[in-house]
Amino acid sequence: MRRLAIAVVLVMGLAGGGYWGLSAPMPLPSGALDGIEGDAERGEAVFWAAGCASCHSDGEAEDDERLVLSGGQRFESDFGTFVAPNISPDPEHGIGGWSTEDFANAMLRGVSPDGAHYFPAFPYTSYAKADPEDAVHLKAFMDTLPESDRANEPNDVAFPFNIRRNIGIWKRLNLDTDWVITGDLSDEAERGRYLSEALAHCAECHTPRGALGGLDTGRWMAGAEDPSGDDRIPGITPAQLDWSQREIASYLEMGFTPDFDTAGGTMRAVVKSLAELDQADRDAMAAYVKELPEAE
Amino acid sequence: MKFARIAAATLAFAALGAGAATADDIETAVEARQGQFKLFSFNIGPLVEMAQGDIEYDADTATTAAENLAKVTTLQQDRLWPEGSDTESIDDTRALPAIWEDLDDFADKHAALGEATAELEMVAGDGLDELRGAIGAVGNACSACHDDYREEQ
Repeated sequence: MRRLAIAVVLVMGLAGGGYWGLSAPMPLPSGALDGIEGDAERGEAVFWAAGCASCHSDGEAEDDERLVLSGGQRFESDFGTFVAPNISPDPEHGIGGWSTEDFANAMLRGVSPDGAHYFPAFPYTSYAKADPEDAVHLKAFMDTLPESDRANEPNDVAFPFNIRRNIGIWKRLNLDTDWVITGDLSDEAERGRYLSEALAHCAECHTPRGALGGLDTGRWMAGAEDPSGDDRIPGITPAQLDWSQREIASYLEMGFTPDFDTAGGTMRAVVKSLAELDQADRDAMAAYVKELPEAE
Repeated sequence: MKFARIAAATLAFAALGAGAATADDIETAVEARQGQFKLFSFNIGPLVEMAQGDIEYDADTATTAAENLAKVTTLQQDRLWPEGSDTESIDDTRALPAIWEDLDDFADKHAALGEATAELEMVAGDGLDELRGAIGAVGNACSACHDDYREEQ
């Protein structure tokens, strides 16, 4: 009997230890950012490609107001309501006190400066594919933005999803830095893949998710339920979207469909960000979209 | 100028929702209002095509199309949107009941479209870059209203 009790305690200890090990935050290896000099101008291009303002500015912000990253937009989901935090350079309410390593770990690994996991409403599963230097450039640009003293509000997430340590296990299953679309791509389509899969995080909305909220990469960009509403987010593989590369690129710039209807819903904010990119980058994203395998 | 247009657009909705309409009245009103959206689409077409580079920029064509867009936004709206002409009352419309729940906001969004088309009208003949710079705001004004008040297809 006593032996059994010891065995049970041992097994529980091992399981617990395993959980603790598997759920641990995995920041970037030390030295990952060595020798990278932040360039705010390059960072601005990353900023618009990554769509930071779509979620972190006030939802109604236009033009330069989009550069005030006060947070506060609320995002409903099956797991609860997430509130975008203040990521302006305000030292108290924003991220003004962060080092470049802190910033890169948040963006590329979903790990906070004090070592906690972020909820994947923050699309670090996509940003994880980005080059570390782009995180450094982005930090340099965001340091130049206006400060906001808006205080953060707590997320409203139900048990057990509110236990951040569990996200470590979720990351083991869902955080993958490999490209989803592989094979023989033109240089333009490869650039588009970098922009679309890593920075612009298109799949976070356009790809359906499994029961635990991981992206179903087998149905990449095939369209999905809208977690925040009744509408369906459209699929954008050639099975659903027969626009030409030029029509897609133009839509990403001006928001007009080929029959002159307009971008709707959250895609408006996406287009407003992508409109700030170089034309070549929108062309590249469109080239990538044309390469997507047909998926229903 | 801008104020006058907004005032006109707001006035265009002044009597909105007043009075009862017969089924025939409603059908006619729905056809008429869809007609104005067709006119809108007809005129925005060449502007978007020029902006996209599908057709060559032509200052006269651009100016005429932009003037027409701006004119359409000044049409009197009150009789086009009778009560009972929403998606829950009739077929063949995408106009959501939410329109009649907040007519002031609906009128404000229509006024914003008037403003965006007025800006476009002023610059459409000045060159392709000017056209490209102003047409996005028109699209945003369209979307702002569609998001809240038009049924998804």
